[in-house]
Amino acid sequence: MSNELNKPGRILRAPENFIDASLSQAITKEGLNEERRNFLRKSFVAASAVIAGGAALNQNAMAAAFEGDPLILNHTAYDQTLGLPVAANPYGVPSKYEKNLVRRESPGLSPVGGASVAFTPLQGLFGIITPSGLHFERHHQGWQDMDPTKHRLMVMGMVKNPKVYTMDDIMRLPSVSRMHFIECGANTATEWGNVAVPTVQYTHGMISCSEFTGVPLSVLLEDCGFDIKDKKGKFILAEGADGSGMTRTINIDNALDDVLVVYGQNGEMLRPENGYPLRLVVPGVQGVSNVKWLRRIKVGDKPFYAKDEVSSYVDLMPDGMTRQFTSIQEAKSVITTPSGGQVLVGKGYFNITGIAWTGRGKIKRVDVSTDGGRNWRTARLETPVLSKAITRFNIDWVWDGSPAILQSRAIDETGYVQPAINQLREVRGTKSIYHNNAIQSWRVADFGEVTNVQVK
Amino acid sequence: MYKLSKVILAVSLSALSLAAAAESLPGIGRTATPKEIAAWNIDVRGDFKGIPPGSGSVAQGNKIWDEKCASCHGSFGESLEVFGPLVGGTTKDDIKTGHVKALSDGSEPKRSTLMKVATLSTIWDFINRAMPWNAPKTLTPDEVYAVTAYLLNLGDILPADFVLTDKNIAEVQKLMPNRNGMIFYRNMWDVKGKGDVKNVACMKNCIKKIEITSVLPDYTCDAHGNIAEQNRYVGEVRGEDKLLACDPHPSIAELDRIYNTPYNPGAKGSRQPVSVAITTPTTVVKDIDEPAGLVMIKQNMCTACHGMEKKIIGPGFAEITAKYKGDPSAERHLIDVITNGGSGVWGGTMPAHGEIKAGNIKRMVDWILLGK
Repeated sequence: MSNELNKPGRILRAPENFIDASLSQAITKEGLNEERRNFLRKSFVAASAVIAGGAALNQNAMAAAFEGDPLILNHTAYDQTLGLPVAANPYGVPSKYEKNLVRRESPGLSPVGGASVAFTPLQGLFGIITPSGLHFERHHQGWQDMDPTKHRLMVMGMVKNPKVYTMDDIMRLPSVSRMHFIECGANTATEWGNVAVPTVQYTHGMISCSEFTGVPLSVLLEDCGFDIKDKKGKFILAEGADGSGMTRTINIDNALDDVLVVYGQNGEMLRPENGYPLRLVVPGVQGVSNVKWLRRIKVGDKPFYAKDEVSSYVDLMPDGMTRQFTSIQEAKSVITTPSGGQVLVGKGYFNITGIAWTGRGKIKRVDVSTDGGRNWRTARLETPVLSKAITRFNIDWVWDGSPAILQSRAIDETGYVQPAINQLREVRGTKSIYHNNAIQSWRVADFGEVTNVQVK
Repeated sequence: MYKLSKVILAVSLSALSLAAAAESLPGIGRTATPKEIAAWNIDVRGDFKGIPPGSGSVAQGNKIWDEKCASCHGSFGESLEVFGPLVGGTTKDDIKTGHVKALSDGSEPKRSTLMKVATLSTIWDFINRAMPWNAPKTLTPDEVYAVTAYLLNLGDILPADFVLTDKNIAEVQKLMPNRNGMIFYRNMWDVKGKGDVKNVACMKNCIKKIEITSVLPDYTCDAHGNIAEQNRYVGEVRGEDKLLACDPHPSIAELDRIYNTPYNPGAKGSRQPVSVAITTPTTVVKDIDEPAGLVMIKQNMCTACHGMEKKIIGPGFAEITAKYKGDPSAERHLIDVITNGGSGVWGGTMPAHGEIKAGNIKRMVDWILLGK
């Protein structure tokens, strides 16, 4: 039993109630001042030390007295009572103990919720699929829950026979199901100039990955008599049925390759916040092009210069010129656990885990450094590794309690290596907002706290 | 490209009528009518293809602006309270060169729409499809011309007596301050394009010295709420308690020392490895049902202009609650202001919201005044 106490990764009892009641009340009433803050800090460390020291000093005594975990030795409320019946929740919901893992807005990002972002809680997710209810949200003029029986899709422009489709029509067509990520072009935008937000939810939470079901756009284009040999129709306009009438120009090469007109997400219909009943999925291309509530596809011979390819989702370069139509999301990765705002539960073994993705195909390799980029080890890629989808990586790490800096670096099948933030800045300057795919650094302090830092 | 030939083969070939043969998917969809196409074909391209005939003067635009645009964008298009500024940062010289100087010299850190946008068609198209923000697609083409003209007048691009029309808009395009400021960057447009930044996958002794260039500013310590409540209560980590997150972090110089010298437990800046303060998940179990009035307020987008506590464009709800506390006529007054609009009380204009059902307005007012 004494060995059990020394095992790496053992959770020591927390210094709960280490704050004296009167101090606690004072903080609640009057907030933290420097004096209270210092006192708290000392109390926290002292309480921790007592528990850690106690465990070390009294191992033998404890081992002798320790009969076992009361949670094992005694019956519980769960194993001696009747549980709930089937269909008590006709649409199942997560455990009440999981309420911390929800989409959140980043305070101060936008004064109006209808033109804002709710970030995916990457810090607590596993594998490669984002639960539909946690898929990040980005709306430009609020979201709508649209009646699918009244939804129409029009395909027009440079096609021989412009057509209108109902949802019945679209859902009769040969369907495909594919896993793809959707990442907002502004993901990690807050970090272009300097560190600005504390956790991976806010630094990287504008990426999600789903299994999408729908019909290839090429099927509809062919059905409307789009002339592939003609080569004049080079651009697609996709437009939404919401207030913003969201529009984006899409590359015809993507449209004829893997773009999907989607109604299904993770085995059910799309969620309203993600475009129910119909959206475009443009694999590998920034989120704004994946037009939600899709109602119109137009083929044209020139780009359309919609608002979000003119004033936003463009890259201002140091010479004052602005790059337009920067659409592909280049290779990127991030460690999700341990990550900013977290605290390691003790010394010893940890599974460093994270996600990697690229808009140019498959992830080939992910390397991880625990010493700020001095040395790197290659992580395990979990299967499946799919094109233009999130790939999950894991790597073993034994934390000895010394300060560390964790980083991950993705390499995609084209050989492109995810860049460091200073490499990006050398080319694009610091005035950029979009398309920040830099290596993320998480500093681990010797007392287990993980914080967001940038490293050269 | 997904091949339809298989689908077609699956259908009995003899059953295909001539009409069906022209289409590739028999029985699916139908030809769009000219009226349907006209109703939805609203996009206006860079070369103004698609713009409907019409005209509007700067003066007409000014009137519409004050009524429908100024509350969010400011009287002069300068406001950044709700959205980014529309006007500002462009000069007479920019109109000549077609490239906004402030984009390269950094003299105007807040980039306005007129600084950025190269294509005037985009402004016309966007106002037409998406403005006003809470009532999109309600302006007539003439009104869109007028508002566009006024916006350009605010940016000193058009004179006050100008009338913008479908006939002269292509000429006005030639005055856009950043018309020569854009490049079509194909490397990130084509899937097969090459990236512009090159890194090399070094594995051993890649850097001599770790240089930490940026850390989380201390003032952000609790800006994102309590991180402990944003993480699971089981697993290899816990979310950081607010108190720990707000503990001052080491300076960059201190970090420089920590990460570039061998680890020395007990040294300055080093603390006991802690066990984690495991917060018992009592708070998470609580369900929060919002009062009906608050739900209505959010659904009707009142929060676009009113903050929960403080003013955005109109007063914060807490401010309204405080002002009318104990006032017996408050309920009737607030219902009237929401229904019919009002002005003068808080130094701005509240638009009428007759579209909201009376019962729902009462619920909203109940919540504002009584919190339930």
